Amino acid sequence: MTTATFTYATIAPALPEIVLLALAALLLVADLYLKDPERRATFGLTQASLGVTAIVTALQVGLPSQVTLHGMYVSDMLGQVLKVATLLTVMATLGMSRTYLRLRGLLTGEFLTLALFGTLGMMVMISAHHFLTLYLGLELMALSQYAMVALERDSGRATEAAMKYFVLGALASGLLLYGFSMIYGATGSLDLARVAFSLEHGTSRELLGVFGLVFVVSGIAFKLGAAPFHMWIPDVYHGAATPTTLYIGAAPKLAAFAFVIRLLANGLQGMTSDWQQMLVALAVASLLVGNVIAIAQANLKRMLAYSTISHMGFLLLGIIAGDDTGYGASLFYAIAYALMTLVSFGMILLLSRAGFEAENIDDFRGLNQKSKWYAFMMLVTMFSLAGIPPTVGFFAKLAVLQAVLDAGYTWLVVFAVLLSVVGAFYYLRIVRLMYMEAPQGEITVDPAPGPRWILSAAGVATLVLGILPAPLFNLCVRAISASM
Amino acid sequence: MFQGYLLTLAIWVPIAFGIAVLAIGNDRAPAAARWTALAGSVAGFLVCLPLWSGFQPTADMQFTELGRWIPRFNVSYHLGVDGISMPLILLNSLMTVLVVIAHWEVVTDKVAQYLAAFLIMSGLINGTFAALDAILFYVFFEAMLIPMFLIIGVWGGPNRVYAAVKFFLYTLLGSLLMLASFIYLYYQTNGSFEILDFHRLALPMGPQVLIFLAMFMSFAVKVPMWPVHTWLPDAHVEAPTGGSVVLAAITLKIGGYGFLRFNLPIAPDASHLLAGFMIALSLIAIVYIGLVALVQGDMKKLIAYSSIAHMGFVTLGFFIFTADGMLGGIVQMISHGFISAALFLCVGVLYDRIHSRQIADYGGVANTMPVFAAFFVFFAMANSGLPGTSGFIGEFLVILGTMKVSFWYTFLAATTLITGASYTLWMVKRVVYGEVGSPKVAALKDVGARELTFLAILAAAVLALGLYPKPLADVANPTLHQLLRHVEQKKTD
Repeated sequence: MTTATFTYATIAPALPEIVLLALAALLLVADLYLKDPERRATFGLTQASLGVTAIVTALQVGLPSQVTLHGMYVSDMLGQVLKVATLLTVMATLGMSRTYLRLRGLLTGEFLTLALFGTLGMMVMISAHHFLTLYLGLELMALSQYAMVALERDSGRATEAAMKYFVLGALASGLLLYGFSMIYGATGSLDLARVAFSLEHGTSRELLGVFGLVFVVSGIAFKLGAAPFHMWIPDVYHGAATPTTLYIGAAPKLAAFAFVIRLLANGLQGMTSDWQQMLVALAVASLLVGNVIAIAQANLKRMLAYSTISHMGFLLLGIIAGDDTGYGASLFYAIAYALMTLVSFGMILLLSRAGFEAENIDDFRGLNQKSKWYAFMMLVTMFSLAGIPPTVGFFAKLAVLQAVLDAGYTWLVVFAVLLSVVGAFYYLRIVRLMYMEAPQGEITVDPAPGPRWILSAAGVATLVLGILPAPLFNLCVRAISASM
Repeated sequence: MFQGYLLTLAIWVPIAFGIAVLAIGNDRAPAAARWTALAGSVAGFLVCLPLWSGFQPTADMQFTELGRWIPRFNVSYHLGVDGISMPLILLNSLMTVLVVIAHWEVVTDKVAQYLAAFLIMSGLINGTFAALDAILFYVFFEAMLIPMFLIIGVWGGPNRVYAAVKFFLYTLLGSLLMLASFIYLYYQTNGSFEILDFHRLALPMGPQVLIFLAMFMSFAVKVPMWPVHTWLPDAHVEAPTGGSVVLAAITLKIGGYGFLRFNLPIAPDASHLLAGFMIALSLIAIVYIGLVALVQGDMKKLIAYSSIAHMGFVTLGFFIFTADGMLGGIVQMISHGFISAALFLCVGVLYDRIHSRQIADYGGVANTMPVFAAFFVFFAMANSGLPGTSGFIGEFLVILGTMKVSFWYTFLAATTLITGASYTLWMVKRVVYGEVGSPKVAALKDVGARELTFLAILAAAVLALGLYPKPLADVANPTLHQLLRHVEQKKTD
């Protein structure tokens, strides 16, 4: 091992994280001196920080993969694609939440800086090349999210959600760390590349490794929200303020995807046949639980929470395939899912107003009569979530199913297909209410242009990527093959 | 100058006009949307005419276009038509014009969205018929569900929401299984989604049967075949007139088309193996559903059941594997497109005036609406297979074909000549003839110029196809003969 050398070359790959950390820290201080109750400057600076970081990240695309900081950190195309997607998702999340937060007194410096630190955590997860880096990133993200959920102090529901989230999250972290320690015991290292090397050349203790793997996979399932480790998802999604739900629901899924890829596909690929079986069980349970329980929900946030569980099942299907095609399909799925989440939760934000949460499914009744355009955006997204062409959700499902069939799991494909029909039932219910029923109460659409434009852009992207999915597919496949 | 892009135009002209209608639509002043939609549907029909005039009577795919779409999965924008799909595209484009004319004074709620849904659907249906790439086909096939779902659910009758959801979920289940078999075939052909590559692929019997059943699920629901037909009476009855017209005239044909394009050529041995099963289902549709139609008190429901019975002839014609049967099936599809559309439009004409579809609410309409009554009786005759109308040709050819296979098939199929005539003519008798049934009927006004237009166009089409079906036969025969030869060859290695 060489002595620590902090030259520019060694830290340059981590530039996006460094920039975001510096800007977030600056913002934390600057916010103390800003008196504006509407936090215009803080908000603008938050978005600017994310934007600058996204540009810095995008400029790295095309550089060769590089492992640095003593094997703790990797900069590769997969990471860059995911980081840019994450940053854009967070920017859109905050942009759409602004009115909602302002009307509820939640638009504070704390919320925004927590969002930035959470994003930093996601970026660290995405670029981790070491079990501990992964864990650090995960905890930074999770702790920010616990605090964001709890930030709505006066709401009993939010406090309860924060408590549940924290306790279960801590349990999951414990499981992960325990699993890491056993893998360390089995292979003698926590560096992903060395663990992989050790597993491949049979220098590891197999039984201990598999034992550790069980804990690691359980921890992953907790964080992803895959059944049977999904219990926190509905309560947290429902209890948290909608912007926080959107924050938790969209961007972290990209980071979680990276987490799974780095851990299972990069680090533990020597145990592929072991974790494949576990993921099959998780995917089957998630598809079943998510789709079936979602039918019974009257609250849109809870329904979308269960729908998330089923989509995580689909995401896992691609990983089960265990090859570049499958990983590429899952990456496409993760990005498509983030996009659809932006619209679906964004609609709740857009239709909420002071003293009113548009979070019940019935609140969407007759939306077409009030606003044709936003009803259409929601229609596109619901069909996309259901996997009906011509939307991005269809191609995401197609790619995943194709990879799974190639891997030989025909029954799994048929199972997923049948549950997609169940899924279509509850997505269809939203469309039905919007178009075929008369409005129940007053419907208002947030008049601020920011949320409107962002939501429309995400909705149109859902449709356009469904008609012309090729560029995004190519990007995903290139990112995966450059990083494997 | 557009020779190379005719099919692209046939698909995208209606869709573009549909989007334009949405953009300029204004619920308080729907005239602009109406005229734009009419222009769009006529333009859509006009760009399809060169497909007919430029068609070469061979079995090859014509007017083909090939573009890269998703190179990663080898999915391409591959279009082309043969003697089976070209007439269906024309039928669809013509129906769109009629639907737009028919809505004019009738639909007043959300006019722009209504018209846009029909125009967009028209383009998507053309795409379904023209696609030569399985994924492209699937995208059009599924995307079509969205406007149809809205048409039934938004502008339909009292029980419309139930009908729309039932329609959607039935169709979705079938088509997802078909998608799974497409992906399977993709791997069997070493990475091709070309439908014509699927045709050439040799497959063992086991997979053939599974593929056949998966696709059967998809297309049988669309046709619809007994026992998966139950969505159709609900959807037809609850849909607005235009929706019923498009459902009966076009979307049912996609099921028949699917059998010819997918089931028969991809799984020919399984088709032979399961022919008895298919014939049995077809005969049940013809005999049993015919009897069900007899007891309906609702005119739309009666025509819906009659559609199922008539589509039974189509599938019967396909699965007896004779040249006459195949041609009969095709003629029957086109003919049923005209006749069922006409009958639904006739019921629409009555419904717009009295707001009832119940046969019992009418009686003696001929006294107050003589012109209308003449058309209604004519279409009813055509529906029961009167020689000289298109309804006769299709049924006759199919019955002729079955005679070569089995006397009993012929016997059962021919019962339709009695039941079909019974339910249609009995309905006409109770609605059109007799004493004037109620003061409402006494106050009826006869059809106006707008209604006369679409009824006359359809009557002319029914007569033309009935008296001189040769042009259609010339177009379809080369393709059908090639298909028959293809199906006779064993694919099981």
